[in-house]
Amino acid sequence: MFYREVGEFKTSYPQDSESFGIRLDKYGYYLVLFVAFALVPFMINDYWASAVLVPFLVWAIASLGLNILTGHCGQISLGTGGFMAVGAYSCYKLMTSFPDLNIIFCIILSGLITAGVGILFGIPSLRIKGFYLAVATLASQFFLVWLFNRVPWFYNYSASGQISTPERSVFGILVTGPNVQPWAQYMICLLFAFGLAWGCRNLTRGSLGRKWMATRDMDIAAEIIGVNLLQAKLSAFAISSFYIGIAGALFFSVYLGAVDATEAFGINQSFLVLFMIIIGGLGSILGSFIGAAFMVLFPVLLKNILVGWWEWDAALATHLEFISVGFLIIVFLIFEPHGLAQLWRLLKQKLRLWPYPH
Amino acid sequence: MQTLLFALEVSLNGFMTGILYALVALGFVLIFKASGVFNYAQGVMVLFAALTLVGLQQGIVPFEHLINNLLGTSIHGFGWNMPTFLALLLTLLTMLLLAWLVEKLILKHLVNQNPVILFMATIGLAYFLEGFGDLMWGADLKKLDIGVPMGISDTVEQATYDWFGYGFFIDRLDITASIVAALLVIGLTIFSQFSKTGRALRAVADDHQAALSVGISLRRIWVIVWSIAGLVALIAGIFWGSKSGVQFSLSLVALKALPVLMLGGLTSIPGAIVGGLLIGVGEKLFDFMVGPMIGGATENWFAYVVALVFLLFRPQGLFGEKIIERV
Repeated sequence: MFYREVGEFKTSYPQDSESFGIRLDKYGYYLVLFVAFALVPFMINDYWASAVLVPFLVWAIASLGLNILTGHCGQISLGTGGFMAVGAYSCYKLMTSFPDLNIIFCIILSGLITAGVGILFGIPSLRIKGFYLAVATLASQFFLVWLFNRVPWFYNYSASGQISTPERSVFGILVTGPNVQPWAQYMICLLFAFGLAWGCRNLTRGSLGRKWMATRDMDIAAEIIGVNLLQAKLSAFAISSFYIGIAGALFFSVYLGAVDATEAFGINQSFLVLFMIIIGGLGSILGSFIGAAFMVLFPVLLKNILVGWWEWDAALATHLEFISVGFLIIVFLIFEPHGLAQLWRLLKQKLRLWPYPH
Repeated sequence: MQTLLFALEVSLNGFMTGILYALVALGFVLIFKASGVFNYAQGVMVLFAALTLVGLQQGIVPFEHLINNLLGTSIHGFGWNMPTFLALLLTLLTMLLLAWLVEKLILKHLVNQNPVILFMATIGLAYFLEGFGDLMWGADLKKLDIGVPMGISDTVEQATYDWFGYGFFIDRLDITASIVAALLVIGLTIFSQFSKTGRALRAVADDHQAALSVGISLRRIWVIVWSIAGLVALIAGIFWGSKSGVQFSLSLVALKALPVLMLGGLTSIPGAIVGGLLIGVGEKLFDFMVGPMIGGATENWFAYVVALVFLLFRPQGLFGEKIIERV
């Protein structure tokens, strides 16, 4: 009754191709932005920032990145953890080599460096497809993590082999280091997440996004209708790695503060991001956010209930988490291969007709 | 001379490791050929089989931690050790049941889906099995001993010492593993060449639709193939488990079967064996010669990088069928 196109008169092409064409959608979008930017920073406390909101935003950026590569361009990658490590370590090197450089530029630059590495590991995608490519990307995962563990230059010869972030501030407000305020951590991640999501939306509906999707659907056919596969695939690798690199840099500098390559960027992180986009929805920006929210909230919830209320072993909760995640992946692939985002789309479709179904 | 012999010993040990990789890769190839499913869970099936075997043998009560937590009891094992033969039999039955359930609950619903979707489903299966195995039998490191000969072989050491003046250290477990692997490959080849079911398997691998139209039941074939893969997983699990203990890292070792597979070609049984040997020997030799110069532990990534570089030049692997694509 309220959610409908009727009464919306588009008088120009830009209006016609708006992202949120229906008025209620637009209001909802502004409301979410208002809550995220103007309400949450004042209500946030340390637990919510470090257990839920900051990891959610960081993983959302990573899944936006993987979604560009896998969801839009159809190239499976199991190397996300390795690329996040590139982002984190280049951010560390930049922060320690140029102490005067603003942290924002450090993070963006580490995204660019990761994009370069991504192109390098994306070159095989021109010849290798499907599962073969998935296994080839495992090479980047294992090689990069090994590199950061074994070459002391990357961790500045520190005795523990760990990297830990120095204190940096933006406009006089501390954003990294142990004394950071939760709202500052949250805000910097939110700014990046918002900017990157906005960029992703506009990229994927432009000509580049269409090329990616043509490549995903069938690359030979795409080539025949004039898509330059080299350009399409490598740009997908580059942009996806840029996103993932920024996620890695934020993960290290803002969220954790100190990381060890093997633990923080192992192959499980690659799968985690892949699961986020499967559960959230392949090729959907909303899906990246929903998937990240789900995969971050679900273990926290499970742990709170099992360990907090019922006082089970923490190990049991971990096993149950594995079981339920695996189970959910299979269930989603069988019943809703397009993920939670598709459920949202169906709901909107139904709402348009409600309460008169015809 | 000494270095050369030492390098030879290293590569011989790599050869033995390679056979174990090949055993895992074999399971992948079997399933891929018959159903076009790239079964990522094969590595975890190895772990699961080994866990079940150890658990049964040592008389661990399934889900004892869960039961203890739910009911407040403190059960710790049945208090007896099951005879090895019985435990093996029961593990095999479990793997058969698993194959049947996978077909019934997962594959059946995903027929005609994009292969990538199926691949992701097997990643989900891998996660599920990993958690399930740990929940059932506990996540601690377990020692697997079912009476396979272990330890350094004195005969080999003595014989090589007499010949070259340099004793080769070779684990008897590795020798047994190579013999079993050879027997398994011969057995599988005979089975697929001369039995009726084997012929049906090859028909399905060749062309699903044509196989369906001559009356071969795809679903029955899938159960059979997954059962055979379960059997191969059990054998691989026994040897890997005896070598390095049964725990989660076993499935990471099994992950190395993937580059082995890529190198050998996804559809070729001899390819899996040759690929396994190449990777096994290659990574040991590389770590021996180049490793010390660049920081060691190169075994973590060597296999993957070799596969990556190799695929650039020959995308279908050494023995794979040429990939032909049509619009």
